[in-house]
Amino acid sequence: MRRRLVTVLLAVVTAILVTPAVAVADTQGGETLNGQIRKPETVAGIDITVFQGDEEIGTATTDSEGRWEVALPGPGNYRVVLDEESVPDEFVVADQPGAEHADVNVRPGQQRTVIFVLAYADEASTEPSPSQSSDDADDGAGAAASDTEDGLAAPGVSSNASFGTKAIQLTVAGLLYGLIIAISAVGLSLIFGTTKLTNFAHGDMVTFGALMALLVSGMTLFAGLHTAVTNLLADVWLLGPVLGFVTRPMVLGTVVAVLLGAALGAFLERFIWRPLRKRNVALIQMFIVSIGLAMVLRHVLMVAFGSNRMSYPDFQLQAMLRLGPIAITPRDLVLMILSVLVLVGVAALLQFTRVGKAMRAVSDNRDLAESSGINVDRVTLYVWTLGGALTALGGVFYGLNQIVHWQMGFHLLLLMFAAVILGGLGTAYGAMVGGLIIGLVAQLSTLWFPSQLMNAWALGLMIIMLLVRPQGILGRRERVG
Amino acid sequence: MDILQVLADATRSAIGPVAAVYALAAIGLNMHFGYTGLLNFGQVGFMLVGGYGVAVSVSTFGLPLGVGFLIGIASAVALALVLGLPTLRLRADYLAITTIAVAEVARLIYRAEFLRDITGGVYGLQSFSTAFYQWNPFPSGTYGFGWLSFSARDLWVMTVTWGLVLVGSAVMWLLIHSPWGRVIKGIREDEDAVRSLGKNVFVYKMQSLIIGGVFGALAGAMLVVNQQTITPDQFMPQVTFYLWAILLLGGAGRTLGPVLGSVVMWFLLSVTDSVLRQLIATDVITFIASSEIGGVRHALVGVALLVLIIFRPQGLIGNRKEMLINVK
Repeated sequence: MRRRLVTVLLAVVTAILVTPAVAVADTQGGETLNGQIRKPETVAGIDITVFQGDEEIGTATTDSEGRWEVALPGPGNYRVVLDEESVPDEFVVADQPGAEHADVNVRPGQQRTVIFVLAYADEASTEPSPSQSSDDADDGAGAAASDTEDGLAAPGVSSNASFGTKAIQLTVAGLLYGLIIAISAVGLSLIFGTTKLTNFAHGDMVTFGALMALLVSGMTLFAGLHTAVTNLLADVWLLGPVLGFVTRPMVLGTVVAVLLGAALGAFLERFIWRPLRKRNVALIQMFIVSIGLAMVLRHVLMVAFGSNRMSYPDFQLQAMLRLGPIAITPRDLVLMILSVLVLVGVAALLQFTRVGKAMRAVSDNRDLAESSGINVDRVTLYVWTLGGALTALGGVFYGLNQIVHWQMGFHLLLLMFAAVILGGLGTAYGAMVGGLIIGLVAQLSTLWFPSQLMNAWALGLMIIMLLVRPQGILGRRERVG
Repeated sequence: MDILQVLADATRSAIGPVAAVYALAAIGLNMHFGYTGLLNFGQVGFMLVGGYGVAVSVSTFGLPLGVGFLIGIASAVALALVLGLPTLRLRADYLAITTIAVAEVARLIYRAEFLRDITGGVYGLQSFSTAFYQWNPFPSGTYGFGWLSFSARDLWVMTVTWGLVLVGSAVMWLLIHSPWGRVIKGIREDEDAVRSLGKNVFVYKMQSLIIGGVFGALAGAMLVVNQQTITPDQFMPQVTFYLWAILLLGGAGRTLGPVLGSVVMWFLLSVTDSVLRQLIATDVITFIASSEIGGVRHALVGVALLVLIIFRPQGLIGNRKEMLINVK
């Protein structure tokens, strides 16, 4: 029985990361990694595992013809590891290209081939056969001609893209990542500013937004509406395409998710945080309440939506656009433009509107704001509503860019904290600047360091910042100790 | 439903080695939060370095198990210094964010591919605890009566771990009732007052962080010795939240608070677990799959944390006045 306890405990803890590798059965012919081990001969029974960042995506075992295939949750960088234990004794893994491909870039819709080569154990140091040099033909991130041929097998690994192209691609990815972090973190920072509460449940509000969008965009009602509108207005000039786009399930889903996120934020403030403030519950205890709330929210979402990785049905298959040296999918480009617009909008709201000024005033000095006639409770409610809406939007963007998963918000939460501390706790603009820096650092670190550690670098940057300038980049110099 | 079976299982888990491990780690957390008022949300990081200290030194470098324990403790001291130096001078919530982040960074580093030769990467390490079981003085067989019986191996692990809990509690009691302990509690009540008495608050906080961290490391070491394997992903932040729930349930700022909290918590967790499982098996509950019980359990721990901190911050045996501390 005691063994069972240990097993249960272990299972609980590991189940969180090693979620069942049930790949999304993507009807649109989603991304896969595949290959055939046939050098020097076909070998069956070799285990190959695919990781993304920290997480195991799936495992495959080669069949009698040496073929294997792992379905992926979406485009991105993957790490493919051949389990050397499973290689029969008469073979060893050849030094080139080795038993691990660290940075395999999979473009949307691509079925990518990854090459593993074995050698006979007695001639372990075989030179790579000429066929592997075809790896260079496709550099994954770069300008190979096969980029738009989604669905065709493009052989090779991406680790040998030129440094410049990789740097540009990673900068773009980092900017997008940073914008998403910034959108989600603005709310966190504003909430801290107005109520001094470090809201640990913020990450799970991100997940909430992403999952709500998934729920809504998957509803047949909206798909039906979309078809009806496009059929009806197909010939109308301008209005037809515009309405057709607006009624796309994903767009509607985003709008609904943002509204629900705002409602969730307002609900939490009105029915949890305001009563607690009225009871004079100490901040330290509020902090623990937010952790409890985060656990409840996260696991309720997990039970409701399951622990599989999911992706939005819309906007998955897209060809790369090339803008000079930059290759980007239209989806990511739109996400970037929208994020910038949203951030500019939030900044304008804070800077020029009455309610925005009130938010900044409360954030600056709660007592002073109250005594100069600002209804602090109402402003706090607005802050939570705005924060909830922004986090939900961040969640949808994050889900579109990567995947939807019940733990996505928690992973983003630590980066949001890093962003907020880097920029300056409590300042909205600081969160934006910090988010961008964190996103760039995380992505660009993979140029030199293993991608598993990209979040570690971002968090390390936060710790260094605390050492040298605890008030953050934009924070006012004050005594924080 | 088999009530007796449920209660038997729950009792076994309440006095089993896992409960002891959590009690030990919560004793460390009690030092941090209960006595010093430090918001440490990275206790699992100390468990991680403690566990890996043992596993790596024995499994990878072939050192004796005792040396492994010492290395684990040394790693915890090092981690406490890394954590404390940037944050202990700052406001309490900075420490909270940094600790949770550092614990995550530590987990990411220990599971990283480039350390695969040393830490075993995501697959972790095995077979480092043989020496521990060779020291087992109990002759093999079953001990106990009826449903409450343990094998010689389990009994040995339980004896050592609960023994450590006992020693730890005694050490903690002595520390807190010493002049050092009065300064520590003074820091929790009013840092500035203590500073104005000429005490170096930073140094005291750092000492508290180190001592609590060493308890965490011991807990981690016993955890992996008990499992006989270690994988990085068992040290997720959720473990820390469990420890907080245990501490708040038992009563922070009390010597026996974490011990009582751990026993009660594991009893309750086991009961809910078996009851849910039986209800699902008999189709009374259909909206939860049995694979999701873990999630339900985490959610329940979250609810417990919420309810406890709002309505009974002193827990089962705590002193309410001592728990009305605030971050300044």
